[in-house]
Amino acid sequence: MPEHKMLTKRIGDINPLSIKDAMEKGSYKQFKKALSMERIDIIDEIEKANLRGRGGAGFPMHIKLMSTAKQEATPKYIVCNADEGEPGNFKDRYLMEKDPHMILEGMLIAAYAVGASRGFFYIRGEYDQAISIMKWAIEEAKEKGLLGKNINDSGFDFEMEVRTGAGSYVVGEEFAMIESIEGKSGRTRVKPPFPTDEGVFGMPTLLNNVETYCNLPFIVEMGGNNYKKIGTPTSTGTKLISLSGNITNPGVYEVPFGTTIREVIDTLGGGVPSDRKIKMVQLGGACGPIIPEFMLDMQIDYERFEEFESKTGAGAIIVMDDRQDLFEVLLRIVKFFEHESCGRCTPCREGHVHLEKLLRKFFKHDGTPNELYSLESLARVIHQSSLCGLGQSSPISIISTLGYFRNEFHDRMAFDGGEES
Amino acid sequence: MQLKEVLDKYPQSEDYLIEILMDYQKHKMHHDLTEDELKTIATHLNIKESKVSSVVTFYSLFSLKPKGQHVIQVCHDVPCHVNNQPDVLSTLKTMLAIDIGQTTDDKMFTLEYTSCLGACDKAPAMRIGEKTFTKLTPNKIKAIIAEYRGRKHA
Ligand SMILES: Cc1cc2nc3c(=O)[nH]c(=O)nc-3n(C[C@H](O)[C@H](O)[C@H](O)COP(=O)(O)O)c2cc1C
Ligand code: SF4
Ligand code: FES
Repeated sequence: MPEHKMLTKRIGDINPLSIKDAMEKGSYKQFKKALSMERIDIIDEIEKANLRGRGGAGFPMHIKLMSTAKQEATPKYIVCNADEGEPGNFKDRYLMEKDPHMILEGMLIAAYAVGASRGFFYIRGEYDQAISIMKWAIEEAKEKGLLGKNINDSGFDFEMEVRTGAGSYVVGEEFAMIESIEGKSGRTRVKPPFPTDEGVFGMPTLLNNVETYCNLPFIVEMGGNNYKKIGTPTSTGTKLISLSGNITNPGVYEVPFGTTIREVIDTLGGGVPSDRKIKMVQLGGACGPIIPEFMLDMQIDYERFEEFESKTGAGAIIVMDDRQDLFEVLLRIVKFFEHESCGRCTPCREGHVHLEKLLRKFFKHDGTPNELYSLESLARVIHQSSLCGLGQSSPISIISTLGYFRNEFHDRMAFDGGEES
Repeated sequence: MQLKEVLDKYPQSEDYLIEILMDYQKHKMHHDLTEDELKTIATHLNIKESKVSSVVTFYSLFSLKPKGQHVIQVCHDVPCHVNNQPDVLSTLKTMLAIDIGQTTDDKMFTLEYTSCLGACDKAPAMRIGEKTFTKLTPNKIKAIIAEYRGRKHA
């Protein structure tokens, strides 16, 4: 299956610093169409389209839209999650740097549908270029009267501003992000209430990923029923894939759901350089499973990812060739989470430190059967008892490799061929 | 830029704390925030100083310690790691004669790790100040460092 360019169709063709150019190429037409529709009908189309969140968790967007729309409390807010801190992901950066008005148009449609009056565009602090481009795009949209009071004489008021992160991965989690927008440390809250009930400043808040918003103009344009013809019956539309690692043509590719991982790697990515063999592939980013070569015929699909007890489908594919050492890779991943843990709950705060110690033993060919047992149970405990998605998903790489690459753990024991007790 | 100028750019509301801190720290020669400055910001926003301190310690881009004029942040996540990131790091360490977390004697450079910079398709990557450098090789690094050394007080 080839690429299916929808969100990325005009990228390269459009000047991201010119709203005039973007509008000549169609920007804000669908927003204007949406303004002439009933709010409920917009949400209805999105429900028919079966659009699910592209930021990782895959939650159906219409449910969030509906619960925000039906709130009586005002003002309501919407947030665009452009924190993209998950190693191996760069598709949101690509969208911001190449087509900022597509994202703004999607947010405007969502804001109108739920009756929000203010938007926060939260970009991680390291994305300097994306921050400048989005700020510029927002200024241009204001000048054109697409943001502000009584937009297009519709009576709809909406303002928007960029907020920047300051070097914290966990702030990508929705509640941590809300705290951060309020000017606080980014520690998550216990749910419920959900952001749609009590979000930014305690008000109803719709929070979605960059790519999720980008789908809205297309759904308004073609209608939900046509949109859902793209992809598979359960996972509709396209997915942007961030392809990296040991790969000939790394980059962002847009494919319909249902495409296999092998097609992305071989057909679009041109395979592994120097004719090396693939040893393993990590899916989703640092928090995703690591799978062996023989599983690459798996389809990109929300349901398939859930089999790994991993909700993650932000769309990273990290290819690693046969020179790479599994334990070096796992150590890198665990150290990432150790550093990024917000420290609020014990399994995550203490657990990663201990996971690192155990992995080091195997790295040094000095593991024992007991340590293998500890590693496995500790990974499970962190996975099952952490408060937020960080700790819940951080051990997935270890849990998956304990399944698919178990013999490597055995090979790294102090006594060659050590038996598990 | 003076702190007052930065404060004047933002609404006097506590939710702008992170924006203010980021903006101000960027303009400082050694990229650090002092106790006095935190106090001024707290008073201006009418919040407790301890709150400002806790925000500064939570986010890793803030620093209470002075750093080199140019902070070099090397990405060390998996996509960079499998694309010769270790060579990049050792070249930097040798050239600057410092380890991760250290600052050169002339206070020109600090070397740090960073999480993924979202430039994995052009790995390996690093960031100096607000600029991201990609597809790094030992030779490229030599050229980049020479360039920064050359413009001393840029
Ligand atoms: C630790 C952690 C980090 C996250 N980082 C991001 C992120 O960078 N971008 C993002 O869109 N979602 C991220 N998420 C998911 C968000 O919590 C949330 O589910 C998502 O932004 C909702 O938008 P969507 O439904 O459009 O995907 C993260 C979740 C966790 C637990
Ligand atoms: S799982 Fe980790 S990041 Fe999430 S709340 Fe607990 S300590 Fe914080
Ligand atoms: S892993 Fe280095 S930029 Fe993403």
